[in-house]
Amino acid sequence: MKVLKLILRNIFRHKLRAMLTILGIAIAVMSFGLLRTIIDAWYAGSDHAAPDRLVSRHAISFIFSLPLADRDQIKRIPGVVDVTYESWFGGIYKDKNQFFARLACDANNIFDIYPEFQLSKDQRDAFITDRNSCVIGERLAKDYNLKIGDIMPIDGDIYPGKWQFVIRGIYKGKTPTTEETNMFFHWDYLNEQLEKTTPRRANKVGWYVIKIANPDDAARISEQVDALFKNSDNETKTETEKAFAAGFIAMSSAIITGLQVISYVIIGIIFLVLANTMLMAARERTREYAVLKTLGFTRKHLMMLIYGESISIALLGGLAGILLTYPVVQGFAVGMARFFPFVTIEPLTIILAAAFALLVGIVSGIFPAARSTRTTIVDGLRQIG
Amino acid sequence: MAEAAVQVQNVSKIYRRDTMQIPILQNFSLNVPEGEFMALMGPSGSGKTTLMNLIAGIDKPTSGNVIVSGTNISSLSESKLAEWRSNHIGFIFQFYNLLPVLTAFENVELPLLLTKLSKKERKEHVETALSVVGLADRMQHYPKQLSGGQEQRVAIARAIVTDPTVIIADEPTGDLDKKSADDILDLLVRLNSEFKKTIVMVTHDPHAAEHAHVTRHLDKGILQEQGS
Repeated sequence: MKVLKLILRNIFRHKLRAMLTILGIAIAVMSFGLLRTIIDAWYAGSDHAAPDRLVSRHAISFIFSLPLADRDQIKRIPGVVDVTYESWFGGIYKDKNQFFARLACDANNIFDIYPEFQLSKDQRDAFITDRNSCVIGERLAKDYNLKIGDIMPIDGDIYPGKWQFVIRGIYKGKTPTTEETNMFFHWDYLNEQLEKTTPRRANKVGWYVIKIANPDDAARISEQVDALFKNSDNETKTETEKAFAAGFIAMSSAIITGLQVISYVIIGIIFLVLANTMLMAARERTREYAVLKTLGFTRKHLMMLIYGESISIALLGGLAGILLTYPVVQGFAVGMARFFPFVTIEPLTIILAAAFALLVGIVSGIFPAARSTRTTIVDGLRQIG
Repeated sequence: MAEAAVQVQNVSKIYRRDTMQIPILQNFSLNVPEGEFMALMGPSGSGKTTLMNLIAGIDKPTSGNVIVSGTNISSLSESKLAEWRSNHIGFIFQFYNLLPVLTAFENVELPLLLTKLSKKERKEHVETALSVVGLADRMQHYPKQLSGGQEQRVAIARAIVTDPTVIIADEPTGDLDKKSADDILDLLVRLNSEFKKTIVMVTHDPHAAEHAHVTRHLDKGILQEQGS
């Protein structure tokens, strides 16, 4: 505590340098927090998956479709409560940059299987009744200023043609983290068109969503589903919704790995910034350290001075960075809501950012501390400046 | 005759630069009686600064003993030596060497931070030391707000605040104008005569040396004939 005053005075001896260093650390910590939050957001879909839902897709890849006839066989497996199906429609709404999930589904039970998508009875009935209608999420409606009765024109790409859907319902998420950017429309409507234009693609679905009575039976039921279609042309791979979502994410694993690497590179940059500042400071103060030693201060005191300064700077920068992370992530969440509906700063991210700042503070002090304690008083007093 | 405050016994000091060995002092002996004010003079490279560093305990002899106030400091560990310096040595540098981020008060207080004195006691000691050097009204000034002579007086206050046995002064007037230099030399004389401090002063300046009781000349590590 006796050297605390000196530590504090030393930190701001060169105010501009200290402020730039603290700012550099703050920006780096904020970038680390943002990247970690983006990575978490990427995985958030799988984290929010329901444990009582299984997804069965083509064993080779989910881009291959499955026969509609499989549905009844799956439904007969003990423990299965209900089965619905979806097909990824793709298409372009307004322009290519307007991304959101457009899914052809079984209008009769999709909202039973997904109770987190809350739709009023009137809107649900209107959706079921009207074959070329659709239901969209509240956030999507808000983003595009859409309301019930509006028509959404979509240019098909996977399923070519000009498609038009009348909005008959707008669902709300059950919790703040429920995705509200989906568009659901009748698979029957899609299938009718396919029967006319490309019959070989008709009567097929993208994947099945299976609601089960007991999540503990997930493994057994998955095995039974896959066993049903083993050695057929359309073998299935059935897994929990969480595993299915994780499979989607795995396709972006290179990007996620890249982000993770960058987040750690940022830690390295913080270290270099602070280590450089501390080395400069220690070099400038070689003579002062020699004077302190002459007065009776020991190596331990000098190490306290140097580590105290580097850790204080790192923690000040870290704190500023963590405080900056919140508004920046908030801005990111608003701007990228359609791509990342679940953006929250995890406590672990904050703990990691603070821990890395502390670690950087300690490591940055090692070289100047070693140098100053190694230098003899006589050599230190000879130092000019 | 007064007891020796400083005894340098058969001391040799050899510096090593790569493979070269540079002898500075060889079998050197010197006694400084208690209460003495001794000036050490000599050309550059004569070994006077080395001798001063050995007496102050900031360097160690290659062989021989340096005994200050009865303690053989040649055999002390680095941490013990640091503790010993804080209790027994007051060091005055040519370039003052005050810490620029601390006020005059805080600079003088520095050596007392290593003691067990309370904050109140430290304050009393610092105020006394600054009064002795005539800077009681400049306690809250930073070094850059003081003149060279004033900075050196703060440095002297820092050197005496722990009431050390021996004061070592390395060219204390080397960076000062004549008037400031005379003030500092008068202050050293006063510390010696009034406060009975043993002072060893290294200087190039014969005028400064005249203020000491005794002047010793060093040349190539050898003590010359004694003058007065």
